[in-house]
Amino acid sequence: MDLKNVASLTFFLPEIILSAAILLLIVLDLLAQNKRSLALVAVAACVGALIATFDLYSAQPGWLFHRMIVLDNFSLFFKVFALAATILCIWMSLGSNEIKTVHQGEYYTLLLTCALGMFFMASSSNLLMAYLSLELVSLTSYILTGFLPHNRRSSEAALKYLIYGGVASGTMIYGMSWIFGMTGSLDYAAIQTALGQNVYNKVALFIAFVFILAGFGYKIVFVPFHMWSPDVYQGAPTPFTAFLSVASNAAGMAIMIRFFYPGVSRVLPGGDWASLTGVEWPQVLLFLSMVTMTVGNFCALNQRNVKRMLAYSGIAHAGYMMMGLAILNNEGLQAVLFYIVVYLIMNLGAFLVVGMVANVTGDEDIENYRGLAWRGAIVPAVCLAVFLFSLTGLPPFAGFIGKFFLFSAVIRQGGAFAVLAVVAALNSVVSLYYYAKIIKTMFLDQPNPEAKTISIAVYDFSLMIPLTVLTLVLGIYFAPLAQYTSQSLRFFVK
Amino acid sequence: MDNVLTYMTFIPLAGAVVVLMLPNNAKLIRWFSAAVTVPPLAMAVWLFSHFDRAQAGFQFVEPYEWIPAYNIKYIMGIDGLSISMVLLTALLSFICIFASFGIDKAVKGYFSLFLMLDAGMMGVFCALDFFLFYVFWEMMLLPMYFLIGIWGGPRREYAAIKFFLYTLFGSVLMLLAILALYFALDPHTFDMRILIAESGRYSTKVLTIWPFNLWGWSFQHVIWMALFIGFAIKIPAFPFHTWLPDAHVEAPTAISVILAGVLLKMGTYGILRINFPMLPVATADLAYWFLGALGAWNIIYGAFCAMAQKDLKKLVAYSSVSHMGYVMLGMASFTTQGLNGAVLQMFNHGTITGMMFLLVGVVYDRAHHREINGFGGLAAIMPVYTGATALAFFASMGLPGLSGFISEILVLLGTWQKYPVLTILGASGVILTAGYLLWTIQRVYLGPPNEKYLKMPDINGREIFTLVPLGVIVIILGIYPGVVLDLLRASLDQINAIVIPHLHS
Repeated sequence: MDLKNVASLTFFLPEIILSAAILLLIVLDLLAQNKRSLALVAVAACVGALIATFDLYSAQPGWLFHRMIVLDNFSLFFKVFALAATILCIWMSLGSNEIKTVHQGEYYTLLLTCALGMFFMASSSNLLMAYLSLELVSLTSYILTGFLPHNRRSSEAALKYLIYGGVASGTMIYGMSWIFGMTGSLDYAAIQTALGQNVYNKVALFIAFVFILAGFGYKIVFVPFHMWSPDVYQGAPTPFTAFLSVASNAAGMAIMIRFFYPGVSRVLPGGDWASLTGVEWPQVLLFLSMVTMTVGNFCALNQRNVKRMLAYSGIAHAGYMMMGLAILNNEGLQAVLFYIVVYLIMNLGAFLVVGMVANVTGDEDIENYRGLAWRGAIVPAVCLAVFLFSLTGLPPFAGFIGKFFLFSAVIRQGGAFAVLAVVAALNSVVSLYYYAKIIKTMFLDQPNPEAKTISIAVYDFSLMIPLTVLTLVLGIYFAPLAQYTSQSLRFFVK
Repeated sequence: MDNVLTYMTFIPLAGAVVVLMLPNNAKLIRWFSAAVTVPPLAMAVWLFSHFDRAQAGFQFVEPYEWIPAYNIKYIMGIDGLSISMVLLTALLSFICIFASFGIDKAVKGYFSLFLMLDAGMMGVFCALDFFLFYVFWEMMLLPMYFLIGIWGGPRREYAAIKFFLYTLFGSVLMLLAILALYFALDPHTFDMRILIAESGRYSTKVLTIWPFNLWGWSFQHVIWMALFIGFAIKIPAFPFHTWLPDAHVEAPTAISVILAGVLLKMGTYGILRINFPMLPVATADLAYWFLGALGAWNIIYGAFCAMAQKDLKKLVAYSSVSHMGYVMLGMASFTTQGLNGAVLQMFNHGTITGMMFLLVGVVYDRAHHREINGFGGLAAIMPVYTGATALAFFASMGLPGLSGFISEILVLLGTWQKYPVLTILGASGVILTAGYLLWTIQRVYLGPPNEKYLKMPDINGREIFTLVPLGVIVIILGIYPGVVLDLLRASLDQINAIVIPHLHS
């Protein structure tokens, strides 16, 4: 299926709903007295888009808009994911004191725009489209990061993010121009055909890939493109930090998988992939993955600010996920998709509790968690402990299953990849230390007598409990999600 | 009774959830938790009477599907090796609830976590699916971390995280090994029964990767070592033992009992259940001498360390290191006596060390310190208590007529046939043990009574209640060890028979 502009619109309903909601929100912002109702409109739009997205599962996969974007199970998975993350983020924003002080109309508008950008990131099948969608997500993210007025950290974070982002995307488009120069096309399918037929200079291809990786790496946050993340995580409003940590990372994964797998590799029978380029990019990813998880975990060890710590932990988790990309088979990709979903649940949950504590105490210093469990916040403390243990990868929590799939994909590949598995496994032990540090502070330390008690907004509570339950349930019964992720690995190639 | 093992595992877990919902009444929570541990104990007795002692394979097997897409199953079952541990777990959990009645900080949390720990322990010994085994194995860590960390002594935070990190380090290696075994068979499976039956199919071809090619290691050897490190940390074998004194000293009394009585056994249980029958070639290559020497070294090293301690609890902790050495030594002998002695020693160590920790707890509750040199003449002040201590200490020393003697003599009989030198070293450990225990008795219980403690009340009814079952078992097994040995023999012979053909000598 290769559709022209007008014919494509039928299969473009989720994006249309989102775009309409974005425009509607701008108008409603001028009219609405109660700004909270804007959040409801945004959620309603997301739910509408979600239904429309699920409806597309019955449609035939194919290219839309002259092969600019592609409709297949893989893109639908990431669209559903982006919408789920957006809904959860809006829900979190309702209970956040930080968001109460800002222009909420613009906030929700930008959030939906960001989600729209992620839709395109998941589905672009053209380098130019990939670049534009990445920029759409980046630009809205810069603004949302600096959204807290009169907050120096927030502004500083936005500026840093902008500068890093500018450099990374500039590097990426330069790399893309090399690809275009060699293969004569920006279209993934055409690039794949060209790579299959002709032999290109390996050095040139390698340089192009490394440059393109800079752009992806900055979105997924892997070393050495990770420097922005701790500052941005710390400075941005907490609900948006949560959104950024999961959705932006996932969208980066989507665009990277789309480029490296159906883009420059060929699927073999049995679910393995063969790289067409003669460039050892899997080795590069393997190495980056090991470095990323190690750097992330070791930098997290001494952080005093919980949001910064979670930023470094996010880097480490990006490293874990990249393991699945480096092994060139569908098991690895499926493990990545599974991990992304699990990571959404547990990381968002952790940020939710962090935001709840920050609502009362004003910041995220670990001192504020001292004796949290004994300060009338035993339920949030237990929930945070569940999320953190899940992030560590301990059973019976969902994070364990995520790691289990990643490890099993790597171990199945065997050989030198066993080293990767050992490095990753030892990294989980390191990560336990800093996650347990928060848990220790909450449970094992006695509270300061003058510490404030934590009160919980009903919005937070109604989100925290389901996320905790989900973390537990997915740790014990994960078959449906595993099946869904494996079905999501259907790429439309031609 | 169908699904008895599942009930034994999940009744405590359900109890843990119910405890959280009970009103905040310490007395109610304590008695409710105690009641929760009764059904598993009753079922353990039932298992004991219905267990077919002549059958070597798994009994009371409960196979269910869990995640069919990955061939992950829910299989519970026991054989002679695990039933002894199941009995021990049920008994010690019951006793330790009563030993925990003195806890008055966050009672609800404590008993809920304790029951979760109980469920995890029971699950580890019953699970026959590797995935399930690993889940239970890790599930146990979380409550343990909090139980040491919240209710422990002054350095509890350090001890808790050290325990946690050490064990997790071991278990992630184990996870990788489990996955490697899973993919080594086609169709992939976690079912331990199949993994054991197909053990001949794991590659024994020497790997070409450095440094394994130098050592002549194959796939089996690498997996064996990864599993072994995981288990050795739990035993704890030298040099992975350093978490144990810290954890034991800081943990509350009942948790020390559980740690020494049940958790340490998981290490040796794992080696016997997994390393021996699943990887027989590697076991024959690596365990022969290596495991025996490690065991002998544990015996001597632990005994010397115990001798140097000034803290009563630390002394008992190091005596555990020493006594677990006998288990390793016996396992490494690959003889009927040695293996039976080793598993009997696992059981006996659970009861004897349990008693010793309970007794240390008694005196700590009264004096609020455990300095060996800070007492003196307790025999005159607390005669009943001293009598109970003497029983436990003599059993630990291996005095004939008490259970410790039987298991140690069996181990030494078994090892003599294979390594006389190690046997002599191991036997000398008995003398060292007698040395530090008698010296302790002399310093703490004999001599002129310490003025400070003249008013100290003797052991009370609840404490006696926790000690009596253990004491009775120690005496019965000292006179008629057949009660436990009959359970073990068939299964252990079968495990041994898998390894013996691969031994070089």
